[in-house]
Amino acid sequence: MATKGKPPKPEELSKIDYTPPKRGWMDTPVVFKPGMYCHGTRAKYLEAVGMPNARDWSPAEEDWKLPPEWKEIVLKGIKERLQKYRTFHVFMDICVRCGACADKCHFFLGGGDPKNMPVLRAELLRSVYRKYFTTAGKFFGKAAGARELTEDVLKELWYYYFQCTECRRCSLFCPYGIDQAEITIIGRELLNLLGLNLDWIMGPVANSYRTGNHLGLEPHTIKANIEFMIDDIETITGIRVETTFNRKGAEILFVAPSGDLFGVPGNYVAMGELMLFHEIGLDYTWSTLACEGGNFGFFTSMEMAKKLYYKIYSEAKRLGVKWILGGECGHQWRLMNQYLDTWWGPADFLEEPVSPITGTKFENAKGSKVVHITEFTADLIRHGKLKLDPSRNDHLRVTFHDSCNTSRAMGIFEEPRYIIKNVCNHFYEMPESTIREKTFCCGSGSGLNAGENIELRMRGGFPRANAVKYVKEKFGVNMLANICAIDRAALPTLMDYWNPGVGVCGVHELVGNALVMKGEIERTLDLRGEPLPGKGGTD
Amino acid sequence: MLLKDFLLERKSSLSAKWFERVVETYPSETAKFLKNQKDPFGNPVGSTILQGIDNLFNQIIEDEPDTEKILPLLDSIIRIRAIQDFSASEAVAFIFYIKDIIRQEFERTYTNSNYPAGLREEFSRFEAKVDRLALLSFDIYMRCREKIYELKAQEVKNMTYRLLQQAKLIVESPERSD
Ligand code: SF4
Ligand code: SF4
Repeated sequence: MATKGKPPKPEELSKIDYTPPKRGWMDTPVVFKPGMYCHGTRAKYLEAVGMPNARDWSPAEEDWKLPPEWKEIVLKGIKERLQKYRTFHVFMDICVRCGACADKCHFFLGGGDPKNMPVLRAELLRSVYRKYFTTAGKFFGKAAGARELTEDVLKELWYYYFQCTECRRCSLFCPYGIDQAEITIIGRELLNLLGLNLDWIMGPVANSYRTGNHLGLEPHTIKANIEFMIDDIETITGIRVETTFNRKGAEILFVAPSGDLFGVPGNYVAMGELMLFHEIGLDYTWSTLACEGGNFGFFTSMEMAKKLYYKIYSEAKRLGVKWILGGECGHQWRLMNQYLDTWWGPADFLEEPVSPITGTKFENAKGSKVVHITEFTADLIRHGKLKLDPSRNDHLRVTFHDSCNTSRAMGIFEEPRYIIKNVCNHFYEMPESTIREKTFCCGSGSGLNAGENIELRMRGGFPRANAVKYVKEKFGVNMLANICAIDRAALPTLMDYWNPGVGVCGVHELVGNALVMKGEIERTLDLRGEPLPGKGGTD
Repeated sequence: MLLKDFLLERKSSLSAKWFERVVETYPSETAKFLKNQKDPFGNPVGSTILQGIDNLFNQIIEDEPDTEKILPLLDSIIRIRAIQDFSASEAVAFIFYIKDIIRQEFERTYTNSNYPAGLREEFSRFEAKVDRLALLSFDIYMRCREKIYELKAQEVKNMTYRLLQQAKLIVESPERSD
């Protein structure tokens, strides 16, 4: 090693052994590395929603200001959940450590930290379970893979359970179907009992609780923003599209992720949707309360997720709509598809969704009464109800990223692809092992799309970016389409770092570009207000 | 030419050793995986490093390496290490490993008495070449880190772009009339 005060010489540098010493994972203490974790939540957000142990705290500090009885709280929490969720109990018991899942997590693949292997991530909690809830663990301790719940263990759980995006890729490869996403969800619930959430998650939770959306925007701002988009649509198409807010008696309630109303490139998705609905004369309304499909409560606890989603059905009821159409969002879809019905279903006050344009019955949505917009639009195209000019997207060479939630939680694979192929002339798939149910996560899901953990996100997103790089080099792909608001927030950053020159868009932005509207002016601009190459604009 | 021939003859084994040294900077379980999993999409880090090192080796044995070709190769490896658990020096130190590896190969091949005349001089010129690459690597590392900071700022702006625009907090620069 170099002597103190003098920089090492290159020769010396090359001799440093960077190989960490071999030690068992239980004896490798957690080191909090900057860029890998987020700020701890502020007390005010927890207080706003009545969550326990609210205090300002920082993960970087030694003292997490835990309540004195923290250990009992966690153990009681585990016990309750073992009783309540059979899956959790089974997942704690049955892993045979075959290792099939070990190299399937994007955080391990991109970062190389062994504790990001799903099998080890589970083991972090499983070891505590063994210690306190199994006979072997109680008596044989470490020899039986059991360990005491100490503050260090708690910190390790926090560190690694907020390095899992609950994407479920690992579960696909597990012969037993052990779902680390569920273990992470429960692990985070336990941490929440101690007030140990992220600021980035709790801020949107508190805001959603108050106003219905992540940013805490009030109804007039939502309305103004949508009208602002309508102005832009008019500039581009010459048509002033109509829409309504909180209109009683509308046939359909449309619920989009709020990111599409305020951010780019999500905004262009909402513009495409406004244009589409206008063109087909859809009888729909926005709600300024149920104005957020996203639900960061899901990254907090089941109860909180339920609390925040109450607005969806209650608004549908208040407005007297027949059914609900959901926008391009990832975890919104997981929740609507898999939880709404369980929490409150069947929603008998609504009707089984039927497309008013094609007459198609969406039987898959019989229970929840919520249809995903790509199902709706694909059906319109299938029935020839849209006039499309895909050449308006000719400057784009598009690939499609399956979001973890829409693919693994529901199996929406074909609809977005069918739409893209009808509105674009150049579509290329990424390699088979990186798409559809095997898709790689964007690296920023489940509330981890903050700024302070950007290194983590760039690592976790690398497997995805690597597959995009392949189609970029092979086919000249310059646009990464998706149907998730977190993707639209996170992937532009990921692309700028790994694959500069590849843009990111939602599917309905492409629809909006290609949609030929009755009475429109000749299009020279795309939805981003940029000149359309070869269409009167310059290239 | 002595050195070039020496290296060309042993190309695959030397570049394999170089790759191995780089991979060994990761925890041992990870290193094993990075080395053994051959699917480029299932092992993006390992395969990017492997490809990068192979091609770098081909370049640095040239008398006049082509910087245009070398930069993207260095970039492919450093871009990964710049966001992993490495300090700046750790992230770029892999460049120097090749010197060591070749030196060891000399030791294995020659004794002092049969050391070919002129090889030492050629090797010290080679070392200077590697040092120049190291300097380029530091620049690349810095650019990656700067990019990370820039992206953080841009992302926050994107998320609320329309709100800021509406509140007249973002004003697009007016069209130029000339
Ligand atoms: S991030 Fe995804 S692949 Fe990794 S452990 Fe969590 S659920 Fe499994
Ligand atoms: S694949 Fe399933 S059984 Fe095998 S190690 Fe992973 S979680 Fe355990």
